Amino acid sequence: MLGRAPGLWTAAWSIAQKDLAIELRTRSAFLSVAVFALLALVIFFFAWDPTAVSPLDLAPGVLWVTFTFAALLGLHRSFGAELQDRAIDALLVAPVHRASIYIGKAVANLIFVFALLLVAVPAVALFYNLPFGDAIVALGLVALLAAIGMVAIGTLFSAMAVNTRMAELLLPMLSLPFFVPIVITSAQASTRLLAGRPFAEAWPWLKILIAFDIVFAVACTVAYPYTLEE
Amino acid sequence: MPEPAPTVQAVALRKSFGRRAAVAGVDFALSAGECLAVFGPNGAGKTTLLRLVAGLLKPTAGSTTLNGADARRDANVRAHVGLISHQSMLYAPLTALENVEFAARLYGLADPRAAARAALEAMRILDRAGIPVRTLSRGLQQRVSIARAMVHEPTVVLLDEPYSGLDEAGAGTLTSLLNTLRDRGATLLVVTHNVAEGLALATHAAIMTGGRFERFEQRRDATGFDAQRFTSEYRELVGVRHVG
Amino acid sequence: MTGTAAPLSSHPRARAKPVFDWLFVLAVLGVLGVFVRVALFTPSELTQGDAQKIYYIHVPAALSAYLALIAGALMSMVYLWLHDERADRLAESAGEVAFVFTSAVLITGPLWGKPIWGAWWTWDARLSLTLFLWFVTASYLVLRSAVDEPSMRARYSAVLAVLAALLIPFIHLSVYLFRTLHPMPIVLKPERPSLPAEMLTTFTLSVLAFWFFCIVLTRARYRLAVLRDEAAEDT
Repeated sequence: MLGRAPGLWTAAWSIAQKDLAIELRTRSAFLSVAVFALLALVIFFFAWDPTAVSPLDLAPGVLWVTFTFAALLGLHRSFGAELQDRAIDALLVAPVHRASIYIGKAVANLIFVFALLLVAVPAVALFYNLPFGDAIVALGLVALLAAIGMVAIGTLFSAMAVNTRMAELLLPMLSLPFFVPIVITSAQASTRLLAGRPFAEAWPWLKILIAFDIVFAVACTVAYPYTLEE
Repeated sequence: MPEPAPTVQAVALRKSFGRRAAVAGVDFALSAGECLAVFGPNGAGKTTLLRLVAGLLKPTAGSTTLNGADARRDANVRAHVGLISHQSMLYAPLTALENVEFAARLYGLADPRAAARAALEAMRILDRAGIPVRTLSRGLQQRVSIARAMVHEPTVVLLDEPYSGLDEAGAGTLTSLLNTLRDRGATLLVVTHNVAEGLALATHAAIMTGGRFERFEQRRDATGFDAQRFTSEYRELVGVRHVG
Repeated sequence: MTGTAAPLSSHPRARAKPVFDWLFVLAVLGVLGVFVRVALFTPSELTQGDAQKIYYIHVPAALSAYLALIAGALMSMVYLWLHDERADRLAESAGEVAFVFTSAVLITGPLWGKPIWGAWWTWDARLSLTLFLWFVTASYLVLRSAVDEPSMRARYSAVLAVLAALLIPFIHLSVYLFRTLHPMPIVLKPERPSLPAEMLTTFTLSVLAFWFFCIVLTRARYRLAVLRDEAAEDT
């Protein structure tokens, strides 16, 4: 009788590590998503001529659209591995809290999306000749806040979508309405920050974004056990 | 002398999906060192019964307890449970060792890697420890799966068609492993339609059809069950139910 | 059971033939009556002309949509708490009815907007919110159609409904803040003109008629869901 129940966060971290190990082992998911993001940025560049409109105005919008869809692609594979050979059953029978499963996967997804940002944000800065320095850091921080919200929502919905017939279509369809406040607030805040406006102008937007992150991180963690079979 | 508390118990257990009752009233109580083999055709409710006992499903009525506690609510009681299924519950891209070590961590073991190696050794698959599970044959995957389920030395082991996919050597290893566990005081619940293998382990046997136990027998003596008689009874019961 | 066949009505599974839904007829008549009153018996507004009369449909439709959405969200919470399939059926019915009314709002909006504002669509805060509500309701219905297993379907859609209820304030905040900082070039903004008595009566009657219709429609849809589930059980 060796076993005992690990704590909420210990178990979550073990699960996150396991997901990251799978990701590093296969690598294909991250590379595809990163390449997709770069391609999208290039296409948008040619679609919206930055000589007609200031690049500082275009860049945030392009970044957020690209980032949203690339993140969705990445989130999709989150629960797939659990379903393949019913690995989820092993997780449910183990002495871990149900919430740990959600938190662990959300943390792994956040790291994945953060890595994506490390590719996408510099690329946007490069393509649109954005001034490096504080503005980019500010952009990165706003992106991180946005990522938290997207990952909270996307992880929960991928847990549901993976059990349905139209998983690839359903995840974006469910998530995008929830991404709307994230994208509006992030785009507005980052536009102002990139233009060198005072922080106080971006703050009302960031306030909403932070509130969103907190509300939905909690709500999705609470909601996850309800999605499990009873 | 009072009877020891049952380690696995079901009382008037029912589970309905909509109006269909998959498990329609099952009662049993097992103590340490006992093994119940549940036989039945597909659709009889065996897997649902096992999932109820494992705490994966919530009963519609009645109750099921492990060591007196509700597995669904009590995480600590789940720490002593091992689940083996015909599906491997493994992560294909990870190695055998990584899979079992992950399970060891989830069960809070002090030295997960050492425990994982020991479990793989017990299933005679330590030589494949560093190989991604995806590249292993079905039978070897099942061995890894069994190692994963046993790494924390469970006192309650739940098995759903555990022999499926195993070759003779693997089946032999599993049977001896389970017998050893049972002799050490573990309680087993095996669900299968392979009568011979199930009876070899069992101290109790039940035939399940239509969500109920049609037969429930206890082994009378050390010689085990009369496999032939049991098999013919089983065929008769199952044949009657499945007309056409 | 003796040799003669038992009459159909004593068969345990038979339900009485659905009684003709009088309430439904009444509700439809009510809405038609309102249309007549709006078209013929209500004066036109001074600045906007007859186009303004769509207001009597547009706003009550929106209010009915809100009613259905609130009911749906509440029923979803009840389901998550009690796991009663009736709550799930009610949520499903309310969701579909909400979708219908939200679509009506989105259709009547531009019909009103074009003659008044000169544009089929403006990113008016309320219209934008309604658009997002439409997307959310649509995704609720799509989710339900994508899951075959009844208890999973009920669980998933209930979780979505509760989260959507949390989402609405955030969309409202974001869109409202966006609008205040990005005023759109609209000349007239006929939000809620103070209504003289006759118009107010028509408006009130319309709201009541629409709400009644909304409730009756949900009830009819619920009965349909009951019949459908029973038929599924019997197969």
